[in-house]
Amino acid sequence: MVKTYHPETLTEALKIRNETHALPYAGGTDLMVRYRQGPGLVPAFDREVMFIGHLPELTKLQEKNGEFAIGACVPYREIIHHRHTPEILRKACSLIGAPAVQNLGTMGGNICNASPAGDTLPPLAILDTHLTLQSVSGERQVSLLSFFTGPGKTILRDDELLIGIHFRLPHFTAEGYRKVGTRKANALSKVAFAAFMLKEKDMLADIRIALGAVAPTVVRSRELENRLIGQPLTDLANLMPDLLESYGTLIQPITDQRSDANYRKTVSLNLIENFVLKEES
Amino acid sequence: MSQIISFTLNGEKISLETDPMRRLLDVLRDDFSETGVKEGCGEGECGACSVFLNGKLVNSCLVAVGSVHGMNVETIVHFKTTPAYRVIEQAFGDAGSVQCGFCTPGMVLAAYALLKDNPNPDETDIREAISGNLCRCTGYNMIVDGIKLAAKQGNGKW
Repeated sequence: MVKTYHPETLTEALKIRNETHALPYAGGTDLMVRYRQGPGLVPAFDREVMFIGHLPELTKLQEKNGEFAIGACVPYREIIHHRHTPEILRKACSLIGAPAVQNLGTMGGNICNASPAGDTLPPLAILDTHLTLQSVSGERQVSLLSFFTGPGKTILRDDELLIGIHFRLPHFTAEGYRKVGTRKANALSKVAFAAFMLKEKDMLADIRIALGAVAPTVVRSRELENRLIGQPLTDLANLMPDLLESYGTLIQPITDQRSDANYRKTVSLNLIENFVLKEES
Repeated sequence: MSQIISFTLNGEKISLETDPMRRLLDVLRDDFSETGVKEGCGEGECGACSVFLNGKLVNSCLVAVGSVHGMNVETIVHFKTTPAYRVIEQAFGDAGSVQCGFCTPGMVLAAYALLKDNPNPDETDIREAISGNLCRCTGYNMIVDGIKLAAKQGNGKW
C-alpha cells in the first residue's frame, strides 16, 4: 500500500512534492488504467501519490485581453464549455474519451502524461503554448515544445508541479483539426493533426502545423513553416513536394496495435497537403 | 497505509478507513453493496460503473477513493428515488431500451446528465452523450429512442 497525500492548498502541495517527490494525481484517467490490477484489486501504484485535482489554485480557467490561462487540473469538459476556448482546442478536447472521461481528465494530466498520442498536444503546440512549472524554490516558464523529451518523458523535475497552461488567442483565417482513430468516441489517435493559416491578400502570411502520434513527441517545425510564410498563394503547390519530403523525415511513426507506420506517415502527409492547398482537414 | 476518507454518499456523510488508491467502484460495490454500479471494462470505456461526482458523470473505475475526499458521490440507488428517474424509467420501458440490463444504470445516468443540461437534445446530442456507454444487446437505437421519449415526456422538467 502506497502512502498518499491530500493537500488543501498549492503551497502545501509544493512542500509535499519537494519533500516526497510523490506522483501527482490530477484526474486519474491515465494513472488508474496504467496501474490497474482488475476487479476488487487495488491499482498497483509503485510510489507515493499526491491528489491535486481538487486544489482551487489549479482549477481556474480564465481569459483576459486575449490571454488564455488554464489551471493544470481543469477538466476537458470545462474547457469544452468555456465560451472563449479556441475552436480547435474545443474540438480536440471533445474527441477525447467520452463525457464521463472528459469530466475527470485534465489538460495538465494530458501534458504531463506526455503520450505521443496526447490529443490536446497538437492544438496546444500551434497555439504557441507556454507552461508554468512551480516548486518551493520558484517558478519557470517553458514552451510546450521544450517540455517533452520523449514518450512519457518531460523536463518536469520531481520537486515541481505543472500549475498553468497559457497561450494568446490567435487570429487566423483558416484552421484545421483532424483526429484519425478507429471510432469516434473512446479511441486513441492513430494520427492527430492541427493547423492554422493566415492569408493576407494573395500571400500566405502565417502557418502553423502540428502532428501527434507520429513521433516520440508532438511534431512542429517553425523552420518548415517558414518555407511557406511570405510566399504567394499561387506558389504553394510548387513548394509542396519538397516540403512534404522534409516533413517525412520529421515524422517517425511506429507500428503498434492501433496502426502501422506507413499508414500514419501517408495520412500525415496527405493531411498537410490538403490543408495547405485546400484548407481541408 | 489506511487513511480516513470522508465524503457524501447518496446524501449521507460517511467516513471509512481504507487504502486511498482503491477504486471508487470497488468501495461502492464491496463496502456499500452498491451493486447497481457495475464493472464492465475497468478502463473507462464502457460506462457501466458511472456515478455522479459533485453532480458530474464519471467512470468510478477511474477514480481512486482518496481523490473523492470531501466530495459528493451519487449512485443509481439514490438517483432512482428522484422524479427525473421515474420519467427516464418509464421512457426506457416504453421504448424497449433495456434488454440484459447490465449497461442500464450507466445509460440512465448518462441520459440524465444530458437532459439536465440540454432538455431538447437532437439525435446527435443523444449519441454523443451515451458515446461512453457500451451496450451489447440493443444496438443502441432503442436506447436513443428511450432518451428521445424521456426528453418529450420530461418536458424540460430536469
